[in-house]
Amino acid sequence: MSAAGTPKPTWTGRVREAAVEALPPEKLLPDGQPTYVASWIYIFGVASIAALIVIIGSGTILALKGPAWWHYTGIGHFFNSIHLWAVELFFFAMVVHLWGKYWMAAWRGGRTRVWITGAITFLVAVPTALTGYVSQQNFDAQWIATQAKDGLNSVGVGAFFNVTNFGQMYSYHVFLLPLAVVGLVAAHVLLVRRHGVVPPFELDRPALAPRPPQADGTPPSVPDGKPPSAPTGVAS
Amino acid sequence: MIVLAAVFNLNHPARVVEWHFIQLSVANLIVIALMLVVFALAVALPFPGARARAIARRTGGDPE
Repeated sequence: MSAAGTPKPTWTGRVREAAVEALPPEKLLPDGQPTYVASWIYIFGVASIAALIVIIGSGTILALKGPAWWHYTGIGHFFNSIHLWAVELFFFAMVVHLWGKYWMAAWRGGRTRVWITGAITFLVAVPTALTGYVSQQNFDAQWIATQAKDGLNSVGVGAFFNVTNFGQMYSYHVFLLPLAVVGLVAAHVLLVRRHGVVPPFELDRPALAPRPPQADGTPPSVPDGKPPSAPTGVAS
Repeated sequence: MIVLAAVFNLNHPARVVEWHFIQLSVANLIVIALMLVVFALAVALPFPGARARAIARRTGGDPE
């Protein structure tokens, strides 16, 4: 709705107003984060994103140069190793992030979609890595592909997702699955911006405590799990 | 490169740990153990400046 209360005549205007309403600029790019974010356990999400950026950068260079380059040149070996170790760090940080958020019950306070997009990102990242291992063009790739082939055939998807087909796996690895991972991560981050970083249980407790009936005798309002006040003070 | 190869000799089949139907390579077990250690440290160790910020917030001062 515009300031005068009339809907915008164009779909672009309606989309813009809906986007600004859902995620106003001060939420999208805040000046600071709540003080409870000043903890090591809160850094593993952004560490995962940092690793993902290195993965995409090194993967782009590998895709530009091709298998002969990454197998037979020194600089090719270097970027191949950067790509591999960035993936190792990505999963390492993502698993610690997942554990941290699980024990925080990070789905509290209307953050269900934040949790779900994070969990699906993890699940999609697994075949993204698998298709990378089987796209190496070496004996390791052949071994992994034949081992995975048995497992995928046993669950009935071997005809659609053929790990011994280099062309299909390479397409999945450099385009389809990374697109899904990046899209999910973007949605995850925007949802975190919208709902805020999940507070520790101590800050959440007053909001979850039983509330007395309201003055007019109606039942107490349902607690939403959001912190009563999220103090800020940590520069983002 | 030769020194690294001597320290990390990879010219052998992976060593695995088996327990009933569970079979894990030692390398993967080390990574899992490292993740648990990092998780515990992340929960236990204080974040630089967090205490000063909390005090500043309580007293209404400038955290920086």
